[in-house]
Amino acid sequence: MSKHILINLLRFIVLVFIQVFLLKNISLYNLSTPYLYILFILLLPFETPNLLLFALAFLMGLTIDSFYDTPGLHAASCVLLAFVRIIFISLTVQKDGFDNEPEPTLNIMGFRWFFTYTITLTLFHHFFLLNIEAFSFSEIQYTLSRFLLSSIFTVFLILISGLLFFRRKERK
Amino acid sequence: MRNLWIFISKYNAFFLFLIFEVSSLIIYVKYNSFQKAAFINSSNEVTGSLYARVNEFYGYLSLKEVNDSLARENTHLRNQLKSSFYVDTLNKHKVTDTVYKQQYEYVAAKVINNSVNRSNNYLTINIGANKGIAKGMGVICDKGIVGKVVYVSAHFAVVQSLLHKDSQFSAMLAKNREIGYITWGDDLDPHKGLLKDVSNNAVPKLGEPVVTSGYSLFPEGIPIGKISSLHTKSGGLLLNMEVTLAVDFSKLEYVNVVDNKFAKEQEGLEAQQKKNE
Repeated sequence: MSKHILINLLRFIVLVFIQVFLLKNISLYNLSTPYLYILFILLLPFETPNLLLFALAFLMGLTIDSFYDTPGLHAASCVLLAFVRIIFISLTVQKDGFDNEPEPTLNIMGFRWFFTYTITLTLFHHFFLLNIEAFSFSEIQYTLSRFLLSSIFTVFLILISGLLFFRRKERK
Repeated sequence: MRNLWIFISKYNAFFLFLIFEVSSLIIYVKYNSFQKAAFINSSNEVTGSLYARVNEFYGYLSLKEVNDSLARENTHLRNQLKSSFYVDTLNKHKVTDTVYKQQYEYVAAKVINNSVNRSNNYLTINIGANKGIAKGMGVICDKGIVGKVVYVSAHFAVVQSLLHKDSQFSAMLAKNREIGYITWGDDLDPHKGLLKDVSNNAVPKLGEPVVTSGYSLFPEGIPIGKISSLHTKSGGLLLNMEVTLAVDFSKLEYVNVVDNKFAKEQEGLEAQQKKNE
């Protein structure tokens, strides 16, 4: 239990650092910006109580917001993401089967499930985030292309990080 | 209560989602100037059109004040009209440079009670003895004559309208100045009056205007109505004719009370003459 807390705390800090000091500066043609920090919410254990999940998502969003100077924007998106996560997991996963490894990681859940999971949640998050950031329908085309390209970038990074970290764990 | 609690805990994810989402959106809209502006602007489109509607409505509410001021102004202007003055040169032929002195004074009033569908109709106006209103004064409005004051209290006055079986006012045909008197028509129609006792010499035409004669409470030439029918009971030497009244009594709102400065003098003189007879 304390191991999970420690891992997630570490993940939180690392992801915030990566997002804020690295990915914030990456923006392909002003269209594609990855938001890797959502990986933290994706990888929270299955057994996380809903209240804690929402609180952590909210906290994560606010932390990112404090660096992006957009209070509330990422928080709102993360809360939505947490909600979609709950629905997605309740639809696709039987609760009973996870006693020892209760995390939705790539090597536990398998590539297909993890890929769908990532794509669904990322699309929801990015769509909400970018639209609410634009806050108008007048530039809907620009917003939508940003949404698609950013989603691709983010999903790509999440899958890469999954491959990076969790393969090695499997080998042990 | 228990069921409610079960319901909430069953769908706790959704309720938590609502709470967190709403709070973060509040933070978002509150602290980001662009979104704040956009949000306020988009709501301005709604509120703006709403405000426009409401303002239109408010315009109607302030019509009262506007009407009041217009009525006051009208009265003021009427007081300066030449027809309100009489020629005073005879008395003051030596040193006078004021040619006219006021004979008729007008006081604006608002109708606060009105009736048109009884056999004897009265209306109440919102001024009384405090504004110098006295019994027997004539009442007109912008369209024509209305009636005469019959009761006066400190702040109100009751006007016996033309639509009263005892009302009769001196009137004349506008063109050839044949005089008669105007009363209410027989059939209680608030739009019809009866011009009686016009001399047989007159050749009235349909549509000819009927005005006041200046022999009674009103200044000369205040409109009364137009002749609408000639085929009424004729009294031999004298003609009677039906008149469509110019004033729509059911829609009276503002009237002017006419204070004829010489009415008393005239009445007193005429009464003396009657007594002598």
